[in-house]
Amino acid sequence: MTTIINVPHSLEDKSFEQVLDQVAPLPLDEKIIVDTRHARWASPYGLTALLALAQSRAERPILYVPEAENVSSYWSRMDFFKHAAELYELQGRVKSTKATETSVLLEVTSISKSDDVHEVVDKIQQRAQDALVKNLNLDAKITMRFTMALSEVCQNIVEHAGRGGWVAVQTYTWRVRLGGRKVVVIAVADPGIGFRQSLESAPGFQRKERWDDGQALEETVMRGASRFRDPGRGQGLAGVRRFVGNWDGKLSIRSGTARIAVLPKGDWDEDEPLLEDLSYFPGAQVQITIPERVA
Amino acid sequence: MINHIDVSSMLRKSVCELYSNLVTRPTGAAVRCEIEQELDRIGDRALTVIDFSHVGLLDFSCADEIVAKLLLQYVSIDAPRREVYFVFRGISESHMEAIEAVLERHRLALVTQHADGESRLVGIIDLEERRAWEIISQLGTGVGADVADATGVSRVDAELMLDKLWRRRLLIRYDNAYVAVGSATISSPTMRLDA
Repeated sequence: MTTIINVPHSLEDKSFEQVLDQVAPLPLDEKIIVDTRHARWASPYGLTALLALAQSRAERPILYVPEAENVSSYWSRMDFFKHAAELYELQGRVKSTKATETSVLLEVTSISKSDDVHEVVDKIQQRAQDALVKNLNLDAKITMRFTMALSEVCQNIVEHAGRGGWVAVQTYTWRVRLGGRKVVVIAVADPGIGFRQSLESAPGFQRKERWDDGQALEETVMRGASRFRDPGRGQGLAGVRRFVGNWDGKLSIRSGTARIAVLPKGDWDEDEPLLEDLSYFPGAQVQITIPERVA
Repeated sequence: MINHIDVSSMLRKSVCELYSNLVTRPTGAAVRCEIEQELDRIGDRALTVIDFSHVGLLDFSCADEIVAKLLLQYVSIDAPRREVYFVFRGISESHMEAIEAVLERHRLALVTQHADGESRLVGIIDLEERRAWEIISQLGTGVGADVADATGVSRVDAELMLDKLWRRRLLIRYDNAYVAVGSATISSPTMRLDA
């Protein structure tokens, strides 16, 4: 049996839940067709999560590519199809392009080992300064901090996921929220073991009375817990939390059936700090959003 | 004897010729091992400048592997491996953010030295100990009596404080007196710790 998964027109962190609501009930070995034909836009989160979705399936899925040329062309410029071709059976015309996309700070990039993190850091440093300082009016100090945060969230894949994942970084104008302000977004997705299973693998781990994905996210993100006994561990996400706090940004991490969000001090986002009982998706999907500074 | 370790060279030597950023734990661990080997060659008593001037980015994981774990090995109050003192140079504002986070996590302190020659104590240290360190630093060389006179604490307490700062390798014990680690690299360039 084959099931068609309808992808919403606008594919980002929230609307991706509609995809997961359709996929989660299906057996892993059931063939799925991910239908993006009517997609008009996808955030870095949407693109990286689509790749993680394919990785999570036992049976190679089919991807109906977007029909709109500008969408297909943009996904190409983001290197999405380059990776998707290895994970999906692509159906439809892929618009290839050699044009560069100035809003893309980092195309969809595979992360599976420490060297990949070095390459991502080297690459982003060259592009970040202009994008963050000139386009988003942020203080020059942000460039190094931004890269540090990117490095830490990528390392989470290498250290904890147990399998490879994806990262992408882009600036864009958020038309609905933020009243048209620009943002820079880092998205990292993997289909690995996720936060709960990672903590459960700690030596001497004892399950609490209430123990679920939401609790595991709270322990890790808010209290710096780690599966390692080394007290130096768990500092990466704490550093990322401080970074988003200092720049009025937002951090959200989804793992298993829960999503935690560190919300901005400003009023540009009205998300819930913790969402539970979501449709199951393996691994972890991280999104960091830093808004343009306005006078 | 004052030794100089360029962290960027250690990175290129131990991990990859092309890298200039200190990111990821395996990278940090490899660089620390290289520094430790260098320290083994230097001897049991040494003042070493750890120079980050040519390092681009230092993330939290690398700061933990390089700075915190290095200090934990050489600056443990109970059983210091050897009498090795460190001064950290070339620390940028973003390096400092990562370093301060790991020092806080492990309750460690270190001395940084800046382009103007000024030395600063960074990390977790109580106010009285910080004051004692500053007094010795200003004096160049000092003893418990100097700290007692300047702060009003008893000589016994002042001696205990200086002893603790020495065990944390923030002061150098030298000829029955103390020298602040940062000032030793400027005011006493000819001082030989291996004498």
